[in-house]
Amino acid sequence: MSIQEKRPIVSIISSLLIFGIYYAIAFNIYQERVSTIAEELEFWGAIVLILVPVLMVSKIVLYVLFSIFNTIITGEKEENFLKDEFGRLIESKATKNAYCVFMIGFLLSMGSLVMGMSPLVMFSIIMLSLMVSGMVQDFSEFYYLRKGV
Amino acid sequence: MSGSSVSNNIRKLRFHHNEMTQKDLADKVGVTRQTIVAIEKGKYSPSLELAFRIAHTFDKPLEEVFSYQPQNNGK
Repeated sequence: MSIQEKRPIVSIISSLLIFGIYYAIAFNIYQERVSTIAEELEFWGAIVLILVPVLMVSKIVLYVLFSIFNTIITGEKEENFLKDEFGRLIESKATKNAYCVFMIGFLLSMGSLVMGMSPLVMFSIIMLSLMVSGMVQDFSEFYYLRKGV
Repeated sequence: MSGSSVSNNIRKLRFHHNEMTQKDLADKVGVTRQTIVAIEKGKYSPSLELAFRIAHTFDKPLEEVFSYQPQNNGK
């Protein structure tokens, strides 16, 4: 398996870990501190906003660690794959798939509000769709690398 | 996808050019080795520009490197 194929797998595993830990921490804080609806909206707004830099930094750190360990173990140097035409085509198709998944999640979250569910459900669906869309992007990259485009 | 109607002789041509490696070819045409692997396996049909660059590297006309077989779709 090439480093380009390993990278999406590492990314999927790190997404699961980061989201799982982050959501568990957020949910604990939510149960301890939030009581009114105004607090709930403020809390979840902050949680989603903080998630973005947390996700970016942790993914960069994990990816750098992966590259270092992979180079040490296999001696294989990573090429700047997503910069050439095949890589860009794969990236654009994978991004399109991720976007579709996120839009479905976003519409479902709006649907939950229409059905009278709590903001907790809405924000949980948004966070879940963020996670799943990221994983769909990684899986799509892996799939197109293997099967071709 | 895998049922591409564009086939190529890149592997054979590499062999006849002093057993040029995929990495060497990739560097000469300005793409990654992964892209050359995908083209050789028929998983990816390159852009016209890349196809010309590959043919130019082997000093061959385009049709000697790539060939197109129209797929019979029953129409």
